Amino acid sequence: MTDLTAARRGTSRVVTYLVLAIIAVAFLLPFAWLVLASVQPGAALSADMSWTFSAANFQDVLTVDTIFRPMLNSVLISGGTALLTVLVAVLAAYPLSRYQSRFGRSFLYIILFSTGLPITAVMVPVYAMYSRINLIDSIPGTIAFMSASSLPFAAWMMKNFMDGVPISLEEAAWTDGAGWFQSLHRIVLPLMVPGLTVVFIFTFVLQWGNFFVPFILLLSPEKQPASVTIYTFFSQYGQVAYGQLAAFSILYTAPVVVFYSALSRVLGGAFSLTGAVKG
Amino acid sequence: MTSVAPPRPSAVRAPDVAPRRGLGRRLTRFAPLVPALLLLLVFFAGPMLWSVYTAFTNLALTGSSTVSFVGVDNFTRLIHDPSFLHSLWLTLVFVVGSAVIGQNTLGLLIALLLRGRSRLARSVVTGLVIAAWAVPETVAGFCWYAFLYRTGSLNELLGHLGLSQNWLYTTPMLAVILANVWRGTAFSMLVYSAALSEVPPDLIEAAAMDGASAWQRLRHITLPLIRRAIVSNLMLITLQTLAAFGLIYVMTGGGPGTASQTTPLYMYQQSFKFYQLGYGTAMALVLLAVGALFSAIYLRLIRLEDR
Repeated sequence: MTDLTAARRGTSRVVTYLVLAIIAVAFLLPFAWLVLASVQPGAALSADMSWTFSAANFQDVLTVDTIFRPMLNSVLISGGTALLTVLVAVLAAYPLSRYQSRFGRSFLYIILFSTGLPITAVMVPVYAMYSRINLIDSIPGTIAFMSASSLPFAAWMMKNFMDGVPISLEEAAWTDGAGWFQSLHRIVLPLMVPGLTVVFIFTFVLQWGNFFVPFILLLSPEKQPASVTIYTFFSQYGQVAYGQLAAFSILYTAPVVVFYSALSRVLGGAFSLTGAVKG
Repeated sequence: MTSVAPPRPSAVRAPDVAPRRGLGRRLTRFAPLVPALLLLLVFFAGPMLWSVYTAFTNLALTGSSTVSFVGVDNFTRLIHDPSFLHSLWLTLVFVVGSAVIGQNTLGLLIALLLRGRSRLARSVVTGLVIAAWAVPETVAGFCWYAFLYRTGSLNELLGHLGLSQNWLYTTPMLAVILANVWRGTAFSMLVYSAALSEVPPDLIEAAAMDGASAWQRLRHITLPLIRRAIVSNLMLITLQTLAAFGLIYVMTGGGPGTASQTTPLYMYQQSFKFYQLGYGTAMALVLLAVGALFSAIYLRLIRLEDR
């Protein structure tokens, strides 16, 4: 290696780190207001620094109506959706992963095709259908639709995780006369706990942030999850308490952060969700 | 499985399996698919098929029970509705600007820059990019609203340069496009990091030995090798961006006027504010058709490996 190329290497390294630093700052900046406004009393939209910090905004939003009930609804809706989705996806993934057949393959194609359909567009007919069968403003009805909409991707991920469990382990069980349920329950599932966790967390986080579906399907404020109440909180009053809004946002985002760190731990450091997606 | 089998000694069972190889056995094998099929049929395919019918009626949520068949009226109205055509154009601008150009290029750039960097740099940058992705849609909308507002953080910074303005009013499309690039780049970055990790480093080193410049190595070696990832990524982010609602709705509400009213927002307004469900459904069908087209192209491209 000559001195010249070494020098050029050095410059390109500096440029690379500079560009990376700019990107990092650009991604950090929009968060700045959120954090600053939440700890300042009487925060406006601007991020001007007054060096007074207080937890007043957090204290103000920590009431049943503002945060506890909406968060509880979010837990109920996202948790229910994630549970139902994982259950149905595991069942669907088993034949898709274990048996080669034309039927299974066409089902897989349908599943992949549905992952691409815009949920926003499906909402109009779903609303019309729900208003006819009285499922508007019903939490179970909302969970059912959310599960249906998250099922295609969940089943696809689940199938890929299940493909990683060697079929030879099951063959012994099959010769002993075990049915598919025993084989799935006793052999496959214990071996794919990380996969189950990933699909559960992924579905939970996605639905935790889902705004449009509950916004359309749930009308009474006492049933709405935090994703919707945070919007009404923001748009309802002429004079918005931005400090409180920021505090609300942080409390509402916190579980997502916890879950994402759990996810990266499950996946062994590297965030390799795409490994499951790639297929 | 429903056949009533007489009790028999277990020794007879083994030869009995052979006849069951047919339909019965296949039905048993695919029984676990039933819950998934039901859920998808009732809550997904059903409404969509029903929407095909609704789109040809004048169904409205105004309480009148007379729903009549209006044929292709909703669709003729669509193609003559300047607001709809305007919304389609804005949707195109939004998808091309934020997904195809913004997220795709920035994601690839970050993945390329992070290759072979220190652990610290990698975790800081990917951590921040993924954080923007993980934040719920509404919160992302607020962050950008506050960031771009007349007295917001960005103007605080630009004020010293005399560039301060209310970005949400002067350039609403640019505002929502930037916000969506911020929010969605993580996906492209992850796809490209995975794809790049499979490019053999000795190939690139050999080219460097032969005197290929960084740009040439990228253009003639790396990009052709990750071609499939690029096409998949473009399809997926287009599908994700096409129906984006919450972010735009929180930031601008489609305004000022209709300056940032993309088709999903216009569809929402027509269906749920003006209660024109039939008309809204016709629009939903157009969106679904575009989504279905991209989804089908994507499927042709990835081709399932188990054949």
